[in-house]
Amino acid sequence: MTGFAAYLVFFLIVALTYSIVVMGLNLQWGYTGLFNAGVVGFFAIGAYGTAILIGPDRAHLIGGFGLPFPVGVLGGMALCAVAALIVGMATLRLREEYLAIATFGIAISIQLVALNFESLTGGAQGLVGLPRPLFGLFDSPASYNLFYLGVVAAVAGLVFLALETAVRSPWGRVLKAVREDETAARSLGKNPAAIRLEVFVLGCVLMGLAGGLYVGFIGYVSPLDFLPILTFQIWAMLIVGGSGNNLGAVTGAIGVWALWAMSGLAISRLLPVAYQSQGGAIQVILIGLLIVVTLIFRPRGLIGESDSVSKHTGAR
Amino acid sequence: MLQAIADGILSGSIIALGAIGLTLTMGILRFANFAHAELVTWGAYMALGVLALTGAFMGPLEPFSFGVPLIMATLVAMVLTAALALAIDWLVYRPLRGRANHLTLVFGSFGVSLLVRMIILLIFGGGAQYYSNTLQIAIPVAPGLRILPDQVFTLGLTAVIVVALHLFLQKTRLGLAMRALAENPELARVNGIDTKVVVRWTWIIGASLAAISGVLYGLTVQLRPEIGFHLLLPLFAAAILGGVGNVFGAVIGGLIVGLAESLSVLVIPAGYKLAVPFMILLLVLYIRPTGIFAGTVGGAK
Repeated sequence: MTGFAAYLVFFLIVALTYSIVVMGLNLQWGYTGLFNAGVVGFFAIGAYGTAILIGPDRAHLIGGFGLPFPVGVLGGMALCAVAALIVGMATLRLREEYLAIATFGIAISIQLVALNFESLTGGAQGLVGLPRPLFGLFDSPASYNLFYLGVVAAVAGLVFLALETAVRSPWGRVLKAVREDETAARSLGKNPAAIRLEVFVLGCVLMGLAGGLYVGFIGYVSPLDFLPILTFQIWAMLIVGGSGNNLGAVTGAIGVWALWAMSGLAISRLLPVAYQSQGGAIQVILIGLLIVVTLIFRPRGLIGESDSVSKHTGAR
Repeated sequence: MLQAIADGILSGSIIALGAIGLTLTMGILRFANFAHAELVTWGAYMALGVLALTGAFMGPLEPFSFGVPLIMATLVAMVLTAALALAIDWLVYRPLRGRANHLTLVFGSFGVSLLVRMIILLIFGGGAQYYSNTLQIAIPVAPGLRILPDQVFTLGLTAVIVVALHLFLQKTRLGLAMRALAENPELARVNGIDTKVVVRWTWIIGASLAAISGVLYGLTVQLRPEIGFHLLLPLFAAAILGGVGNVFGAVIGGLIVGLAESLSVLVIPAGYKLAVPFMILLLVLYIRPTGIFAGTVGGAK
């Protein structure tokens, strides 16, 4: 494989992993109107949870259970569900903003645990040397990456199909009802608080799933992979692709990640060495501008939500 | 222990000043402004910028580490911070107001917070900076308790501002209009209150207080582009703890959060200090979401 093809495989693995996170966020924000300001926290819980469960036993660390990879990922997802329940039960019966604030808080707290709870998370060094699933079956890293791309694509595809089915079901229509008119939804006998909690937990579990897949691919976890900027990147992916549309979520994930990679490349080539650190800030400013400008001028994003009209109302 | 309490009250008073602005915007403009804490950073750095331009043309006012130049710079920073807040409101929040989902405003402020932080990083660099290199000698006040003159100044200034703001809200027409709008927007509008004017003044007051808070932070700790990012959670915790829209509550909330952060170090490793406001926040939301002094907007839906 040439260098470019190898890079393309690498790029797609990461982009598709993020697309699962974006689909989880889309379920929360796009369909139900829940603002999750701590996406990176749930992604990190999934990643660290998986890492601790699948890692080899080490004397100085808690964990290292050496469990099979799928079990580890499921464990990480379960941890995400617990974290989401704690935050969700505190906030989802209150004003909508409180969920945003509390999720922001949990992301900060998770980062602190990752950095400081050294006997569990490995601290600033993180946990290294984690087994990559089925790595032994492949003769070269390149062919393994190709295999892993297949795994991630299959999982992302399954998540996509499941979500598409779910949001078209009666349950999915209730989500939009809760988002658009809570009073009306309640008058039809739906419990908005319970539905919000279901959606919030489910979305966070998907973020945890992505975190687990990410660990399986890179083979280590470190706090540097879960910086707060990731939350903003994921939000940019969703809003640019078009919230309320799963295809938009996937398109946005690949598009914005490509933009990020290309802007990084452009900055490293064009800016003099002395200004490289400022280059990082410029990249982040691009993400911020992308969010704000899209929000103001094209809130539907590239693809956007399709109108939902009952088939019983006749032609429009 | 005594030192921890003194430090807690100090950082609490800085949190309080920031939280007053946040609670006013949350109460009157009715959205959680994620960019508010960045106004604190912006104010701190604007004062630094002004100071760099004018230079320290006078010596410090003994026993403080700063003199007239920093006071002037703070006044300019307040104006520049208010200008930024109004500019953001006009450029970003105005077009987003009136969208079906009012959380779009929260989303917008989330994006703005990133932009402001990065612009400061781009202009001033990421390293720690100080207003003055003068070394202050801490005065021993009691056994095991040392206080810097600047810290005494911070406490005194906070107290003066809180009293002044209280009088403003209670005694002036504009203050009355602000409280009315926080309590019942429809009724306020029916009574002929010009909401645009009130909104403008809310931004000006909130941003000015944020700037002062930022300068005091820079004075007693240091200047870093991440000031706002680290203050955001304490500010929200203080505002919600005190009851959204309640100025007095925000002050008490700020002091409680500051004290809890400072005292927590005696029980848990210092690395987790930043998570303390989150714990307080969760506790309040579970037990008493309207805050200890039930705010005007309250937490219940």
